[in-house]
Amino acid sequence: MENAQLKNDPYNLIITGVGGQGNVLASRMVGDMLSQLGFYVTIGETFGASQRGGSVMSHLRISATSTFSPQIPKGRAHMIVALEPTEAIRVLRDYGNPEVSVLCNTRPIQSIGVISGEQAYPALKDIREWVRELSLSSWFIDATEEALKLGNPIFGNIISVGALSATKALPLDRESFESVLSRKMSPDKIPVNLEAFDIGAGMVRE
Amino acid sequence: MSILLQAEKGARLLMMGNDAITRGALEAGISVAAGYPGTPSSEIIENLSKVSEERNIYVEWSVNEKVATEVAAAGSFAGLRSLAVMKQVGVNVAADFLLHLAQSGTRGGMVLVSCEDPGALSSTNEGESRYYAKMMEFPLLEPGDFQEAKDMTKWAFQLSEEIRNVVMVRSVTRLSHASGNVVVGELPTVEAEARFRYNGVFLDQMEGPIINLPGIVDPLHARQQERLRMASELMEESPFNTYTGPDAPELLLITSSACTLYSREAIHLLGVDDRVGLLKLGTTWPLPSRLLTKYLSITDRVLIVEEVLPFLEENIEALAARIAPEIGIKTFHGKHDGTLPTTNELNPDLLVDALSKILDVPYKSVSEDYAKRAQEIAVQGSPDRALTFCPGCPHRASFWNIHNALSIDNRDGFMCGDIGCYSLAAGASGFQTLKTLHAMGSGTGLASGFGKLEGFGMDQPIVSVCGDSTFFHAVMPALVNAIHNRANITLVVLDNRGTAMTGFQAHPGLKVNACGEEVPDIDIQGLCEAMGAKVRVVDPFDMEKTQETLLEMLEDDKGVKVVILRQICALSPEKKGKKMFEMSVNEEVCIGENCGCNRLCTRVLKCPGLVWDSEKKTAGIDEVICAGCGVCASICPSGAIEKREVA
Ligand code: SF4
Ligand code: SF4
Repeated sequence: MENAQLKNDPYNLIITGVGGQGNVLASRMVGDMLSQLGFYVTIGETFGASQRGGSVMSHLRISATSTFSPQIPKGRAHMIVALEPTEAIRVLRDYGNPEVSVLCNTRPIQSIGVISGEQAYPALKDIREWVRELSLSSWFIDATEEALKLGNPIFGNIISVGALSATKALPLDRESFESVLSRKMSPDKIPVNLEAFDIGAGMVRE
Repeated sequence: MSILLQAEKGARLLMMGNDAITRGALEAGISVAAGYPGTPSSEIIENLSKVSEERNIYVEWSVNEKVATEVAAAGSFAGLRSLAVMKQVGVNVAADFLLHLAQSGTRGGMVLVSCEDPGALSSTNEGESRYYAKMMEFPLLEPGDFQEAKDMTKWAFQLSEEIRNVVMVRSVTRLSHASGNVVVGELPTVEAEARFRYNGVFLDQMEGPIINLPGIVDPLHARQQERLRMASELMEESPFNTYTGPDAPELLLITSSACTLYSREAIHLLGVDDRVGLLKLGTTWPLPSRLLTKYLSITDRVLIVEEVLPFLEENIEALAARIAPEIGIKTFHGKHDGTLPTTNELNPDLLVDALSKILDVPYKSVSEDYAKRAQEIAVQGSPDRALTFCPGCPHRASFWNIHNALSIDNRDGFMCGDIGCYSLAAGASGFQTLKTLHAMGSGTGLASGFGKLEGFGMDQPIVSVCGDSTFFHAVMPALVNAIHNRANITLVVLDNRGTAMTGFQAHPGLKVNACGEEVPDIDIQGLCEAMGAKVRVVDPFDMEKTQETLLEMLEDDKGVKVVILRQICALSPEKKGKKMFEMSVNEEVCIGENCGCNRLCTRVLKCPGLVWDSEKKTAGIDEVICAGCGVCASICPSGAIEKREVA
């Protein structure tokens, strides 16, 4: 594992979003990058119903020593990446703690309860305040907006992976991202994914 | 090339549990694989279909799980290693054949993989199949992590050949759909030759006919039980059963499957490694009784950890009672004393609770203040996300039409539901149209029964629904029954050209099979007509025509009518990402809450592609989510939603 170090062992990362946002792929990418560095990685997720508008959450356990449970214990997340802002709050409720960090895409996706007027979607400024209150550090990025400029909102997931790498919470760098990309994706898709990664990293560094 | 083939022996990969199971089957050198799609099992057959050519494996999506098991068994009878794959409910479908198979025995190694769903994360029940292993007397293996998922699958074929009987490998959602590190082994060169030998005498396992018949049941059954005893001997020595912990623990925790990972985590979180011993069983039927005797002897208190029903608990307690004179009286914790729940899946937190109670060790995940505040914020900050049909899903249009037709018909008619994405129509996204929901094919079976109750005064119109894959799986016999018995019902087939729920697997209605080869398609319309039903085919996006057709069928009170609503699933590879229409809302025309419709589009149709602008008080389209199906334009009474064909 050369120089790579974990701040906590196991390091508990949650990537959350709504079905169709590509968070299963994002967690897979992050998992592969870390596994490639020699870490034990467990990814827990449920899909099946995930394409039908539900919340989708992936739990990543990263350890230098062993395979951990695919479910993170309550209150034990170290980092939460939310591809949708209200999903950040939902995850904080169950897995948050005063030490947690949050990286949040600000583009809302209304649930059918909101569309139909049975429930209200909170104001973004409240969400920001709540996230700050419940976490130690937080970043807000409009990943979907940038993704649309790249031609497809789905790139919001890779932009978020880039942003996560720039937070330095985990030993993730552009090189290992590129090497995972080259194994997983056809060559014509690599440049745009790298661009997305860089955009994300830039948004956090700024 | 698939990563499943690429990896060199000894490579350490991050694999999904189902990939690990696939790799295990490949390392065992299988020649035949068959299954029916069902979450969380589907990836295994999908994986195999992708490598079928390179590895020379016959892979099929069968019409249902019983036939899949029969197809795999034929491979075994002809001397080949073969695999049958399904989700837990599928084992019930296969059960009739499976009982006979377990009695007759097998030749080439045969493994049945059942991927189960404690907690019913994507199922309509959380039933399980461990009890089948006991009832039908065959061995059961349960991997406790990703490495074991691969290794056990491989070993299961060897075990099957040693005892000449089928072996079940049971996975769960948290393994099948989770990922972890796996060190892979070698892929063998397989020289398989198929021949069915039948010239020997009855009961000659390798040369005789394979027959279950009255008169020879007793010797067959005795032979089967002898084989299970052989398996049990092998299991006593199995490396898949492991113990970690002190020599004389205060508490012995016995577990299996994904619960192994939860148990380890809980012991670690509480820091009670020096007080608790962990006996992890990989072979859960027959139980390794000598091994259990040894470990039950080193403690007085035992906690048995498993999901849903107390299978291990009851069987281990029975053993402990039998050997009590030898090991003394033990105190058992588990389901019976309420330490663990008998419904839903387990997780590390439930085990932390259980252990902290038993050992009297306090545990707090976060401060009460934090938890309370997070809860308060979540009430306003995270509105629920109920499941709904995808944007552009043909089912939303279909159920809109069905629901309206039933209301216009106004005779208290109802629809019997079935298994697929369209099961969601029991809820708001399908306008609560489904009034019954059970097993595959049960909607039409129930409708057939309801359709014969006229003599008792029942005058409600009866409608059932099914998808195209479900039609072939289990609806056909029910439809035959309804026609033959002259039940007066309407069956609506939602034909979206694939097994959508589980990811577009092929089925007999398509011109392509699991491996992408061209095959004859079986035409649902032609079949129903040949059976004697009155059949109509309509596009559900043509809202007017669909409602008209449905009303006409509801009014027709002679026999069985079939309406095929044909429109490709919005997520199908050929449609995904391609919009038929560019949609927009004309804010001048949309009169929102003041419209007589009272927000028909957003309040009732509720397609996730629509948004409600609470300031302007008009509807809008979220271009990121809208799939451009055009349906909302047809329902807006003011004509405010405009569609423009995409060139
Ligand atoms: S878009 Fe049409 S259906 Fe929706 S609120 Fe406006 S007028 Fe009513
Ligand atoms: S066109 Fe209307 S109904 Fe179809 S996906 Fe878009 S918003 Fe939904």
